[in-house]
Amino acid sequence: MDKYDVIVIGAGHNGLTNGAYLAKSGLRVAVLERNPYIGGATVSRELHKGWFYSNCSYVCSLLRPEITRDLELPRHGLQVVPYGGGVTMMRNGDHFGNYHDHDRQYREMARFSKRDANAYERYAADVMKQTRLIRPFLLKRPPDPTSLKLRDLKDLAEFAGAFLDMGEEGLADTIRFWTKSVGDYLDEYFETDVIKAHMAGSGIIGTALGVYSPGTAYVLLHHYMGDVDGNVGEWGFARGGMGAVADALAKSFQSFGGEIICDADVDQITIKNGKTTGVALKNGNEIGAPIVVSNLDPKRTFLDVMDPADLPEEVIKKAEKFKIRGSSGKLNIALDGLPTFNNLPNDSPLRVGEMHFSDSLTRLERAYDDWKDGTWSKDPYVDMLIPTQVDPTMAPPGKHMMSVFVQYAPPKIEGEEWTDADKDGFEKSVLDQISAYSPDFKDLILHCETRTPREIEAEVGLTEGNIFQGELTFDQLLFNRPFPGYAQYRGPIKGMYMCGSGTHPGGGVMAAPGANAAREILADLKRPDIIPGGYADD
Amino acid sequence: MTNYDVIIVGGGHNGLICANFLAKTGKSVLVLEAREAPGGCAATNEIHPGFNVSACAQWLDLLNPSLIQELKLEKYGLQFAAKNLKTIGLNSDGNHVFLSHDSVDGKNISDEDKTSYIDFKVKMLKYAKLLKKVFESRAPKLVEHNWTDRITLAKLALGMKFLGKEDMNDLMRLILINIYDVMEESFENQNLKALISFDGVMGGYMGPRSPNTVFNFLYKLVGETYGYYGSSQIKGGMGALGESLAAAAKDAGVEIRLGDRVARINKTGSRVSGVTLDDGEVIYSAIIVSNADPFSTFNNLLGLRNIEAGMARRVTQIRRKSGTAKLHLALDTAPNFLGLDSEQMGQRLVIAPDMNYIERAFNSVKYGEYSPTPAIDISVSSLNDETLAPSGKHVLSAIVQYAPYEPDGGWDVHRDIFAKNSIDLIEQYAPGIKDSILSHQLLTPKDLESIYGMTGGQWHHVEMTLDQVLMMRPFPGASQYGVDVDGLYLCGAGTHPGGGLMGLAGKNAATEIIKRGSEA
Amino acid sequence: MNENDVMMLKTPFHSRVEAACEINLWGNWMGYTTPDAYFDVELEYFAVRSTTGVFDLSPMNKYRISGPDAAHFLDRMMTRNMHKLAIDRVAYVVWCNDAGQLMDDGTVFRLAENEYRLCSYAKANDWLYWCSLGFDVTITDETAEVAALAVQGPTSCSTLTAMGLEGLEELKPFDIRNYRFDGEILSVSRTGFTGDLGYELWITPSKAEDLWDRLFEAGKQFLIKPFGSHALDIARIETGFVQAGVDFVMAQDLIRPGRSRSPLEMGLGWLVDFEKTHFNGRRALLKERETGSRYRFVILDVDGNKPADHSFILKGDKQVGNVTSAAWCPTAKSNVAFAQIEMPYGEFGEELTAEIYYERELHWTRVLAPCRVLDGPVFNPGRRRQTPAVAF
Repeated sequence: MDKYDVIVIGAGHNGLTNGAYLAKSGLRVAVLERNPYIGGATVSRELHKGWFYSNCSYVCSLLRPEITRDLELPRHGLQVVPYGGGVTMMRNGDHFGNYHDHDRQYREMARFSKRDANAYERYAADVMKQTRLIRPFLLKRPPDPTSLKLRDLKDLAEFAGAFLDMGEEGLADTIRFWTKSVGDYLDEYFETDVIKAHMAGSGIIGTALGVYSPGTAYVLLHHYMGDVDGNVGEWGFARGGMGAVADALAKSFQSFGGEIICDADVDQITIKNGKTTGVALKNGNEIGAPIVVSNLDPKRTFLDVMDPADLPEEVIKKAEKFKIRGSSGKLNIALDGLPTFNNLPNDSPLRVGEMHFSDSLTRLERAYDDWKDGTWSKDPYVDMLIPTQVDPTMAPPGKHMMSVFVQYAPPKIEGEEWTDADKDGFEKSVLDQISAYSPDFKDLILHCETRTPREIEAEVGLTEGNIFQGELTFDQLLFNRPFPGYAQYRGPIKGMYMCGSGTHPGGGVMAAPGANAAREILADLKRPDIIPGGYADD
Repeated sequence: MTNYDVIIVGGGHNGLICANFLAKTGKSVLVLEAREAPGGCAATNEIHPGFNVSACAQWLDLLNPSLIQELKLEKYGLQFAAKNLKTIGLNSDGNHVFLSHDSVDGKNISDEDKTSYIDFKVKMLKYAKLLKKVFESRAPKLVEHNWTDRITLAKLALGMKFLGKEDMNDLMRLILINIYDVMEESFENQNLKALISFDGVMGGYMGPRSPNTVFNFLYKLVGETYGYYGSSQIKGGMGALGESLAAAAKDAGVEIRLGDRVARINKTGSRVSGVTLDDGEVIYSAIIVSNADPFSTFNNLLGLRNIEAGMARRVTQIRRKSGTAKLHLALDTAPNFLGLDSEQMGQRLVIAPDMNYIERAFNSVKYGEYSPTPAIDISVSSLNDETLAPSGKHVLSAIVQYAPYEPDGGWDVHRDIFAKNSIDLIEQYAPGIKDSILSHQLLTPKDLESIYGMTGGQWHHVEMTLDQVLMMRPFPGASQYGVDVDGLYLCGAGTHPGGGLMGLAGKNAATEIIKRGSEA
Repeated sequence: MNENDVMMLKTPFHSRVEAACEINLWGNWMGYTTPDAYFDVELEYFAVRSTTGVFDLSPMNKYRISGPDAAHFLDRMMTRNMHKLAIDRVAYVVWCNDAGQLMDDGTVFRLAENEYRLCSYAKANDWLYWCSLGFDVTITDETAEVAALAVQGPTSCSTLTAMGLEGLEELKPFDIRNYRFDGEILSVSRTGFTGDLGYELWITPSKAEDLWDRLFEAGKQFLIKPFGSHALDIARIETGFVQAGVDFVMAQDLIRPGRSRSPLEMGLGWLVDFEKTHFNGRRALLKERETGSRYRFVILDVDGNKPADHSFILKGDKQVGNVTSAAWCPTAKSNVAFAQIEMPYGEFGEELTAEIYYERELHWTRVLAPCRVLDGPVFNPGRRRQTPAVAF
């Protein structure tokens, strides 16, 4: 008899969530992690003594509150602190501040355009309509539109019902929203370029598309549908860095008897007679279990840790065609002090939120052109935060940690692997951009960790360094995620499942894929469903 | 007071088709066309004494064959000068790619690519057939549907089911992604990929990497389900199509007035009452059908003040950008394209060496610039039709992508440079052509707008993108030809299913008007 | 960041308002610091009903609409016939989206041939822009450029006359008359939100403080008092005025389908002129008139003295509606509630039940209070309309 009922490959947040629910149900679960530390891309690492970097994911909003409560993550140490708003620095020396406070936000927008300030309310209501439509389906498996099974038909009816409730024009608007570019969408509301540019960033983060590429409006929505304490669309910092999310999940998992095994690099999922039998590790060990759940991305799952002979050809083809293009990089910087920014007082609340330096949609689109040409953006879009302004645990007192997310960085440079010189060039373009608005920034840098898609793939194991484990375009969402026919977390082989962000509802540290996958596994084992559903009338 | 049962604003192909069908039911129909010739974009124009070109649209590959039959267009003079033309992807080294509907050939084309092409076409045609069905009737409403819509929806569902689970799944994926990725996963040869992907970006404001390009490709492929196994050319130029439609219409009792530009669509009370012409003449009718593009219909003719404000917002937000220009050359001698014999030179010739080339050409237009090295679709039409040019002389027409509506500084500053760039580019593939040019004509998107009235110069009136098709075409709330103004209908390319000289928009609109009858 | 934008905005009367606000109870109205109450809500309310109350109206959104098409523009936007509005007259208006759902209500002032001012509850820059397409009009947000006071109550005419506004008593309801005030124009309209005799004063911000001072000086003998938003709320409920955002969801803010209301459903059908052949929402409203409304707006007289805030309205055991506003009305001595009732319930005179929850010393009690549908507001005094205006 096997020592474990379930093996989960990968101790990312979804693997841990999945393991936690299965362990809570009474199963014997081991989560295997290749690295000596857990978390996957939800991690805090001390790469410079005294500084803890959230060196992959860096902010928190999408983590399902139902899971946070159900797995008692606050009791296990998770604390999420919201931050207010953000700012886009402008080339003309001005800036646009996206204040957290409604009236201040209105006044700031009105400084550029009173119409825009008022149109923002229409924009917020319209985005909220879409958010409300999608949120109830985050903690559900996607319905299979081609299935005639009762449960699928019921799911589908519920899904269709939610859409039909919107009325003819509402439904048309929804379809348009899902197929539109974020640039075109924002053009329908706003006239001021910097306001559009500030909003548009959310539409391209982690995505190999430009602001005028259809499909990016949904990506914007994806970043809008989370909440902090019920404030939909708000983002926060995990105190101690994003590793705090993984740590809390790990403690929750362990409290249910789950085991985490680090330095366990899986070579292959073993299959016998069409059934999953466990995993073989790179060090030669084998661990048996009738159920294996992969938290890896779909390409790694099917093309790396599985034997092609075990798989139907169509699955291999689909995995090959799966779009998981690398498009982002990251700089994590230890600072000797708080940098000053032109015309932005050090105590401005705007500095606590995200800072951007792209003040027009044209600049964002040109940044994408560089990616298409196989090079990093010379004038990149950056999403920069200094969490140590509200979280004292990530750097020594008086010192600061800066997290800089960078769009775009291609997986390869003009078809060739990244070289260290390329990496330096990439780093320079980012540092130059920030220092153009902050004269003392460069002098304050004590240490800088630069991660191109090459590093992200090598360390975290995300193919091409894609942060969402696969692009969040409509062709890869819902019942198409990761690909049609396999969107309900079950792999093509009995006993094999998927629980990563490559499955519905996707990436962004939601933990929903892990929980949804656990529900399907428990259903197959005829065990009671212990996964929470979404809150009503969100 | 009513002079006519129906007035149709604009004698483009859809307007004429709509007029034909309405007249057949005994309605008195007046078509008002601003230009001196019928057909709109189906036009023949003399660019140099004795040299005639298809001024706007140059290939016919979508016209619904039922229209040719039902309206007996052949009887009214419609003749094909060439049919089922191959598409030839020009390569500067002379190793061209020869693409026909069921095979691909060329020195650098691998056997794998040859097989893949057949598989690719078989699959894509399945999807095109599905579209074909959906195009035959008005776009169904999804929530407030009635029986007509339900039948369309059921047909669609059945068609999807008929595809089988695998193909249906793949359709849902493909329809949303870009043709660049589809080409990458299907073929090896760069030239072949570019050639096919060009059909996905033709006439659109998009590059191969833009999502929606697969849909655009499938739209064009619907022509193949009609029996157009390649592009075809109309004898006497595309204007002959307009002439035949007009002749058929006149026989059916339609009155056509050319050179009469409608200045305004008049509204009395809550419904339309007629039109006012440029010269002030007022003509009355309780039903007005606009063949003009939706934006200009509401913005210029009816006036946004005469519709409700939410609808006005939707009208102004119609995406209607174009990146397509037209270049015509009158040639003293036959051109000599490297590596092609004279029969091959009469086919459809495309300059688009690889997909990144097209994508870069598109990059320019995003920033209001014209492509330094555009992608070009060439028709040496006189090789297939002697009537177009004096004996021994020739005309060449080209679709040139991309050109902005208006570059910084205006076209006056840039027109000659852009034309010269394009001609220089053609010269690379057809040495000597420059010296034989008697005259040339460049039609920018702005020119196309001012001559043919299409806002933005957009061929399809309303960009063919997934957020602007079916029940979203031209905008939500106006998808079934009728709009929220009593008596006003749309019948142009901006309505379902779209443009490209397909003609179904005009026919479907007529069906809808007849069906609504007295309610209209 | 403009440092001035950090704080909440202050109205041009702020120095005087602040001094008068004895209990320091402030609220946020459209981003402005405004008093919820000055000294005592009940006494402030009675100043309006018995003497003169003054309310700082400056944060009200004000738009100047001018140009040759101004009247046509307004006529298309509003459900009323705006061509009938004469110069120096004011009209209460509502406007709808294309679906015939209420976006907001407000007042339109015709200042000159092609000059209008629209006062709206919510900001309307976006919708005004879309409505302006195709019209030769200029729309300017003049909220900050016009200071305004509401002077309301039986002695308001006497007060203003004492301040030197001669002939004011001849002003009919919804009339406008302009006076000189220190070289500037003081515009006075016989309008208000209290249902009593009252006026609204409009002036350039630089003269605001002087106006306040002169007004209170002149009104001393007529027992003038300032009043805040809490007192105003009682007055407007008593007199049957609905408030956007409270008694109906503004359609542009709607997130959940079906929760907006049409003017017909809000009892504002009298503002809809179907004789007009074109206005925003007409097609949808015509259809509603033919096929019937979903809801009915009613004013209820509720038994007992417990305000029916947020109550469910029952017909027998069936829940048929919700209360949106409720108050004990001190002058009319009525317990009034505004409610939205599902059709076909809520006809005049119908007996319904309000399910009221109220708290006394941390003890919650549920009462089922019988209530009746009224045919109009409980407070509607003759002096509100009487011209010439009465002295007291």
